[in-house]
Order: sequence, then C-alpha cells, then structure tokens
Amino acid sequence: MSSGSIPGAIVLLTATLRLATPLMLTSLGGVFSEKSGVVNIGLEGIMTTGAFFAVYGSYISGNPWIGVLFAMLSGAIVAGIHAVLSIHLKADQVISGTAINVFAAALTNFLIFKFYGVFSQTPGVTPVPYPRDAMLKIPVIGTFLSELNWFVFLAFGLVILSTYILNKTVFGLRIRAVGEHPRAADTLGVDVYKIRYICVILSGVLGGLGGATLSIGMMNMYLNNMVSGRGFIALAAMIFGNWKPLGSMGACLIFAFADALSLYAKKFGLPLPQEFYASLPYLLTMIALAGFVGKTTAPREDGIPYTKGER
Amino acid sequence: MKQSEDRKKSSSKFKDSLLNTLKGMLFPISAVIFALFVSVFFVMWAKNLGFGESASLLFRSLWKGSFGTKFNFMETLVFTTPLIFTGLAHSLAFKTGLFNIGVEGQFIIGMITAAIVGQIPGIPHILHILLIIATGMLAGGAWAWVPGILKAKLGTNEVVNSIMMNFIGMYLSNYLVMGPFRKPGTASTQLIQDSAKLTRFVSPNDRVNTALFIAIGFAILVYILLWKTTTGYELRAVGTNPDASEYGGISINKNIILAMVLSGALAGLGGATHTSGIQYQANQLFGFPNFGFDGITVALVAKSNPIGVIFSALLFGALNYSSAGLQVVGIPSQIASLIQGIVILFIAAEYGFKIIGAKISAKRKKEAVVNE
Amino acid sequence: MEKVVEMKGISKIFPGVVANDNVDFELLKGEIHVLLGENGAGKTTLMNVLYGLYQQDAGEIYIKGKKVEMKSPKEAIDLGIGMVHQHFMLVHNFTVAENIILGKEPRSGMNVDMKKAVKDTKDLADKYGFNINPNDIIEDITVGQQQKVEILKSLYRGADILILDEPTAVLTPQEIDELGVILRNLVSQGKSIILITHKLKEVMSISDRVTILRRGKVVDTLNTKDTNIDELAEKMVGRKVNLVVDKKPLNAGKTIFKVEDLQALDYRKLPAVKGVSFEVHAGEIFAIAGVDGNGQSELIETIVGLRKPTGGKVIINDEDITGKSPRQISEAGIAHIPEDRHKRGLILKESLAENAVLGNHYRAPFAKGIMMDYVKIKEYARKLINDFDVRTPSENVSAASLSGGNQQKMVAAREINKDPDLLIAAQPTRGLDVGAIEYIHKRLVAERDKGKAVLLVSLELDEVMSLADRIGVIYDGKIVDIIDRKDATEQKLGILMAGGTLKKTQGGAEGEAIRG
Repeated sequence: MSSGSIPGAIVLLTATLRLATPLMLTSLGGVFSEKSGVVNIGLEGIMTTGAFFAVYGSYISGNPWIGVLFAMLSGAIVAGIHAVLSIHLKADQVISGTAINVFAAALTNFLIFKFYGVFSQTPGVTPVPYPRDAMLKIPVIGTFLSELNWFVFLAFGLVILSTYILNKTVFGLRIRAVGEHPRAADTLGVDVYKIRYICVILSGVLGGLGGATLSIGMMNMYLNNMVSGRGFIALAAMIFGNWKPLGSMGACLIFAFADALSLYAKKFGLPLPQEFYASLPYLLTMIALAGFVGKTTAPREDGIPYTKGER
Repeated sequence: MKQSEDRKKSSSKFKDSLLNTLKGMLFPISAVIFALFVSVFFVMWAKNLGFGESASLLFRSLWKGSFGTKFNFMETLVFTTPLIFTGLAHSLAFKTGLFNIGVEGQFIIGMITAAIVGQIPGIPHILHILLIIATGMLAGGAWAWVPGILKAKLGTNEVVNSIMMNFIGMYLSNYLVMGPFRKPGTASTQLIQDSAKLTRFVSPNDRVNTALFIAIGFAILVYILLWKTTTGYELRAVGTNPDASEYGGISINKNIILAMVLSGALAGLGGATHTSGIQYQANQLFGFPNFGFDGITVALVAKSNPIGVIFSALLFGALNYSSAGLQVVGIPSQIASLIQGIVILFIAAEYGFKIIGAKISAKRKKEAVVNE
Repeated sequence: MEKVVEMKGISKIFPGVVANDNVDFELLKGEIHVLLGENGAGKTTLMNVLYGLYQQDAGEIYIKGKKVEMKSPKEAIDLGIGMVHQHFMLVHNFTVAENIILGKEPRSGMNVDMKKAVKDTKDLADKYGFNINPNDIIEDITVGQQQKVEILKSLYRGADILILDEPTAVLTPQEIDELGVILRNLVSQGKSIILITHKLKEVMSISDRVTILRRGKVVDTLNTKDTNIDELAEKMVGRKVNLVVDKKPLNAGKTIFKVEDLQALDYRKLPAVKGVSFEVHAGEIFAIAGVDGNGQSELIETIVGLRKPTGGKVIINDEDITGKSPRQISEAGIAHIPEDRHKRGLILKESLAENAVLGNHYRAPFAKGIMMDYVKIKEYARKLINDFDVRTPSENVSAASLSGGNQQKMVAAREINKDPDLLIAAQPTRGLDVGAIEYIHKRLVAERDKGKAVLLVSLELDEVMSLADRIGVIYDGKIVDIIDRKDATEQKLGILMAGGTLKKTQGGAEGEAIRG
C-alpha cells in the first residue's frame, strides 16, 4: 500500500488516517445509538456484515458504490434486529449484541460458501476507485492525499455533521433527551421508541459503512475475521471520547496510530516480536479506558429499556 | 433450585422445585427448537431442497454425526468437555452480574500454560496432572483478574476489557508457540510428557478422557459454591442487587474480582485439560478456537445453572462436532454457529416475550384480583 | 360552572391489581380540586390515565364537554392538559430553557432556535412571577425552582388544566404557602388545577373541593368548606385513625452515639455533608428533619459506611468507627432501615429467607465456616415473619411479591432483631399506607422505650413531631439547630428547614436543654 519513495512520517500518518476511518465511522454509529440510550456491542457483527455485503454488492453489480449501498443496508437490517430486541422486547442489550456478533460471523461464513462455493474469503472485486494519480499532481500535499481514500474524507465529514446534528438540531436535542431521561421526553410527546429506532438503525448504517471501508475501501475482498475486534475498539473509542463525535474521532486516531505502528514496525526496524505490535491497539485501548474512566459520563439511561406506561 | 431441608415436606417440595426447574427450562428448550427450525431454511437455501428433505438431511446428519455411532458419541463427549468448563465460567460470572466475554482468552491462556508446564520432565503422573490443573486455573484466573480489578477499582467496562484481553491472550500464546517454545520447523510447541497426559479411559483410539469427570466434578462444586456457601450467597447478592449487598456489608469490589478470577480459573482449567487430554501441545492460532464464545450459549441455555450446564454443553458439543461432518453432505458447517446465534437472540428476548405473554393474559382476565 | 374534565367509570387494571375501579371524577373551571388518598389508592394512576400515560381499560373521558381518546401525552397536551409529576421529569444536564421547549421546540430550519427558546422562557417566567434563569442547568438549581420549571413546562404548552402530583413533598412549610399563592394566582388567570396529595392539612388550606379515593374507588366528593380533617382522615383510611403515637415519658440515658464535624461528598463530588455534629442518647428518638436533598441521604450513608467521610468523626459506645466498612460498623452495634427498601433494603428477586439474614448471613447460627445453614435461616425468617406480622404465604417467596408495607416490615424486623445499640430509621414510612405507618411507628417507639438509641430521618414533619424527643434540622448539609420536641412547632421547624435561624426569637434556648 505504500511505495518505498514516500517519507516514513507520511506513510505512518496516512496509514493512521486510513486505519482510523473504519473505527471513526463505527464509533459514530455507537455515539448515535448510545446517546439515544441503546448500548450496541453488536457493532462488531454489523461491521462484519457490512464488510461482506460491500464485496457482494460490488461483485454482482460490478459497481463498488452499489457495494457501499449494500453495506449500509445490511448494517441497517442487522441493527434493526438489535433495535427490535432492545427497544420492544427489552432484551439485555449486551446479550443481544453478542447474539448479533455470533450470528453475523456465522452468516457471512455461510454466505461465502453459498455465493462463492469457497471458505473463509471471497474472490477479489472492484474496490472503490480513488484518483491516486490525479492527487499526486497536487503540489505539496499530493503525496499525502494520494495515500488516502474517499472513506477518509467521508468519515471526517460525518464527524462534523454528527456534531452539528447532535448539538444544534431539534432531532439532536431529542436524541439527547431520550438517552438521559426518556420518561421526561415521553411526557412531552416525544416518541421515545421512534427516536431510538432511528438511532440504532443509523448506527447500523454507519457500522456497515465502517465495514465497507475495510473490505472494498482498503482492499478488494472480504476475509474471515477481517474485523477482528475493531467494532469493540470503536466502542471503546466512543467511551474514551465521552460519547461525542469529536472525542471519539480523537480516540480512533490514537488507536489507529498504534495499528499503523504494528503494520510498519518491522519496516522501521523496531525490535520486539511482531505479536507485541499486533496486540498494541488492544493494549492501548485498555490503558486509555483505565486512564479516562470516571472522567467521562455515559448517557444516564444508556442500556436501560424504556417501558411506556410502566407503573 | 433451593431445595428444602425440611424433610416432612421434602417430597412435595421436591416435586414443586422439579416442576419449576422444568418450567424454567421451557424457554431455552423452545429457543433451541426454534433455532433448529430456522436452520432448516438455511439448508434449503444452501442445497436447493424442499423443507422436508432438508430437515431430514440436516437432522439425520446431525444425529448420526453426534450420537449415531460409538466413535461419534465419544467425540461428542470430547467436544462437550471444554464447553462444560466455559459454560460454568460464564454461569458463575452471570450469577454475579458480570459478563466475562474474556473466557475465550482465559481458555487460550490455560491451553498454553498446560503446554508449557506439561513439558517439565520427571514428575509422577498424578502430581503432574494436579500441577497442570493448578497452573491452568491460576493462569486463567490471573488473565481474568485484570478486567476484574479494572472494573472493581476504576469502573471500566469488563466486556470491552476482556475482549481486548482475548486478543492479547491470543498474541501472547502465539508468541510463546512461535518463539521460546517452538518445536523447530513447526507452528506448534513440543509435545507434553506422557506423565502430563490425561487418561483416555475408553480406548487409546477414543480421545475422550478423564477431563470429562473433572468437568462434571467442577459443575457440582460450582453448584455447591453458589447455593450452599456464604461466598455463593455474596456472589449472587452482588449479582442481583449490588446496592443492597453493599448495605448488607458485602463488598461489591471484592466479589466482582472474586467472580472474575473464579470464572477465569474455570476457563483456564478448561484450556489446560484440553491440552493435556486432547491436543498434547499448543499450536499457533489464526483465530479464536471459540470454546469460550460457545460457552456463552451453553450458559444461557442452562440459565446459569451449573448442573444444567452439563446437559447444555452436551447439546452444543454434539452440534459442534457433528456440524463438521455436514460438509460431507454439502451443508456448510457454519450452521452450528448460526443456530447458536439464533438461540442467543431468542433467549435475549425472553424478558420481552414474557411481558407480551403477561399482557395477553392480563387482557384475557380483566377481573384480576386486588392484592393484599 | 363549566366542567373542564369529566372522567366517567374509569377502570385501570395492572397485573394482579385493580388500580382504578369504576372511578368518576370531574373538574370545574377555575377550581382547585384535591384528589386525596393513601399511598396506593390509585390517585396517580387516575391522573396518568387523564394525561395519556396509561390507557384505561374501561370508562370515558370528556374534556370541555367533548369525548376524547388519550392515546399518549401528546393528545393531552394538545387538549391543554399539563402534569407536574411527583418525580420531576427534567433532563438533569439540560438548561431550564431546553427542558421547557423539549418536544415543542422553536425552530429555524432543522435547528433549535435557542435565542427564541430563552426569550420565550424568560417572558413566561416573568408573566407568572417566577424567578428563573433560562440558562441555568437543572442539576444546579434547587428543588423548589425545579418545580417551577415543571409548572412552566405546562404553561409553555398552553395548558389551562394543571395536574400536580404530590407537589409539596419536597417543599418547606413556607414554600408550600408560596405554592398556594402561585396556584391561586393561576386560578385567577383562568386555569383549573388538580392536586394529588395524601396530606390532610394541605387539602384544607389550598383546595375548593376534594375527591377521596380508597383502594381504587371513589369514596366521596366534598366541598372543602363543608368538611374537616377528622372526616377526611376517616374517609381516606376507612376507619377512625389515631394520629397520636403513645410514648412513655422520656428517660434518656448516656450518650450512645456521636457525630463530630462530619463531612462527605455527594455523587458529583461536591460537598453534601458540611460539618454535622450531634449526639443520640439511650432511650431517645433523635430526628433529623429537613427538606429532601439537604444531605440527609449522604449523612446516613456516611455514618453506616456506604460513603467515605472527608472529615470528622463517627463514634458509637466510645468506639471510633469513622470510615470503617459497613460490616464493621454493623458489628459495632448499628442497624439501619434504609431510605429505599428496593434499592438497598431488599434483594427483591431473592426469597424472604435469604433476605432475612442479609448482613448476618456470614455469622453463626446462619453459617458454619463457609457453609450456610438454610434450616436455621428459614426458621429465623419464619420467626421474623411471625413477630412482625408480615403477610406472606411463606418464607420461600421472593421479596418482590410482597406489598410495600410488608416489605418494609420485613426490613424493620431484620434490623430491629439485630438488637443494635443504635437503630437508624431513614424515611421508614415512605410510601406506606396508614396501617403500616402506625405499625412501624409503634415498633420504633418500642425500641426507644426499651432504652435503645434511635436516629430517625424523615421528610414528613408530622412524623417528626409525633415520634421525636429531640429534633435536629438539616439544611444545605448542616444541622442548623437542635431543639427539644416540646419547644418545637411546625412554624419554627419550617423557618429552620428553609435555612433561617431562631436565635433572635428564642432567646438563649439554643439547644443545650437536652435532658428531660
């Protein structure tokens, strides 16, 4: 993914940005879901689903953008299951999310076999195109831009948009109210269930997009276990980022840097075994959580099902 | 569950409690049946067959592959054994209100620990096994202690942390397998000593071994721990109402850490006996072996009852083992995981179904009685 | 007079409970109508039906003569009904203005027009004479102010029918008077008001008419001026009520328990207990009176070891127990009936037997080593159930299946049976019916008469006045004054509860006149 002529700092920076993108998108999904009061640890499974269906969409249509659409749609559907369970059936949201994760992993495996007759990875498809050469012609930052992809820009754009939605709009005010004190919102005629459904499904769309970034944004295929805990890291980033889009973005960048470091560690001639670098993002996630917990606050009713007309 | 000690009424109470247990099991059992039913549709889709044909193909293959022959039955028990341990690990954590999704990593740590300890030469058989049990439990417990203490002291989410610990555990194991303990030219450690191997009590060709008895023994121990000891009383109290427990002089932090460590120890023991009963070495991992994750379903279906875990583990052990054989008849083996996913989804919604049920029955009989 | 609300034959059934049974209720334009009844009589349920939070199982609702279907609060709001709930429905980290506009936001495009929101709030507050800053965060303002925000929320939505659920529970006597003025003012501007309460004095002082509910049924509707407190009490409870508690003359002994300059923080890490000192003697009931949220909860939690003190001392029988664990403190001789029996007092899902030994479960005779003895535990639970007249089919049922009164009796039984030197009772009768209240009161007084030290925390002045021997009034985390029961009047306590002082009015009798 990087050519030898590019300076190390830019390699590391662009790799960080590329690797942060799926985390940022998914983490945004987490922010919407949890701000409205629904814990979504199913984001891991949603990413998996999105990653697979992005490839499948691109495969059957030959158009990677259709793939992106497929990813968002499939993410929304899987999140929809979680929404029904969490909102109407008042399921334990952690268990429901776990079910989503188990189910998504099995389903994608099954579908690879069904659609392609092989196991554990799909054949290559058309990835999302990126005008690398045109970017290279841009003075000064050309090299830097050429190493990115469209998803990177999309992710940063969505972070800003989400901040705006949550803080300035009527919809945002209602999301926050529903996550903090759903009964207060309900007594004022705000439809708690509707807002939670919208937010959970939105988290599916964003998680699916995050998955698509992994499969047809950065590569051209789907591999088994390619998400490998990124959904959970995105969740940790959301906690670390105090349930705010900008904060989560910062956290994602830190984790992605660790990830980038592990990819290029050998290249930079750093000592220590490869397994150490591989576990660095996970280790860092734990340290970050330990260091910042208590300094961040979850929405008050996060994870607690709301019952209309409860005694 | 809490059997009466009052002997006069004991027989009728026993009946009551049996009835309640059966009633309680109704939901998980119907969840499993529902999931099997749904899985038939996946077979129909995969094989382009009708419902009847698919169902009979699936269930015949599953039955034959799990209990149909003596060899298959023995292998089913081999797959069951680790699930008893991981199912117990999850049950104990659930009872304390914790979700130790790190059982997977603790299991891996147990496996690699046994693979290393098992290589020590010159220890008598019994001592070597005891040593493996002790170190496996210790290592698994230590691995779970980390998210436990982070939750107790700092309040960080045990789910996220123990998932991170799963990955770190896998990489640590890989480092040990491919680094200091690598058998040259392979992606594994050296074989363990004969003294460290658990006895295969049926025949040398059947891999089923004494780990099964150790597992059942621990299921009984966990049952006694939870329902007959003060420790169990405190763990359950913290699990159902931490505020009241704290008020009653029960330390929440101490019990959270204790539950995580005990849960991790059970998982580690599962991993250790898997090495010393089946694998005889540790291999480089390219993904999770999934015994820990499967234990979630085992515990949920058993409703966290340690004795129930034995049967629930048998069910999923059978499913896991026989699903591998499905490939032969052209059914993807992922059916087993799909079934598990559906079972958990269904069980997660239990509360909701109960509310809906209550609403329907309340509507039926409007002339409800005033309480008091 | 025009009937603005008419509810006919309303029934509402919850699983196992008929909360409203064929209830008729009407509200006239421009009146203050009290809905009176004990806890659990079905007052709040009826009003939640009117406000669209519950749907009735039978019956009809007419608003200003038109039949209506209340599917959700939205319909109620559209019809001009506003409700101030007992537990305020305010988003704690939103501003006053944000709380008021939520659900009916002034917009500019997709955005909330915050400028207009703030201005509208200010205008509204000025119009009704409320002193409120629209930009304050809810968790930073007082409970009295929060109540005003709740009323403004309804007025902002154009409500002309206001329902207030137990509005005085959180107010000082003076604030209650002030509320009365506010309500009169609203009525004079054409509003009609329904007031839910179980306090008889308020009925007499604020209302025009009163409808009494008992066990889900309407007992009577009366004009306030044609009735009196005794009649109301009898109709509410269904029998003659003896509001006076029999107590032996005070025979206080040595100091059992002492708190010196105790300090502690609340959950936001702000000072909540700011240097509290008092003593409790053997054979007396020392009551801490005050409005909710002035540090009572934190004070008790600090004493019993559930909260770490940041300064000061807690001493029982000359033993310093400051900062010790709940178990150590319990072993030192303190038992505690907690203010929230569902949160702290009981493990609702577990059996009564397991609950009966909570806190003693690790000790003989209930445990031998690490093994529990369930035979002994069940025996003990049966004894508690008998002694305290807990109505339950057996000791094996879950605590959740009992009524509130019986749950509280179980908690009281467990704590009193620990035979402590100091018994702490924090809001021991909260949410109970009169029968259960009388019973709990009797048991507390019995402990005092046996020579135990009793520390009572109560938000109900009536309870304090009828039980206490000495009264410490807490305000803003400090005990502002300690007075003898015989010197106390509701008016004096009211001044102290609002943070005032009595020193000028009372001469030298500051509180050293302890012994009877």
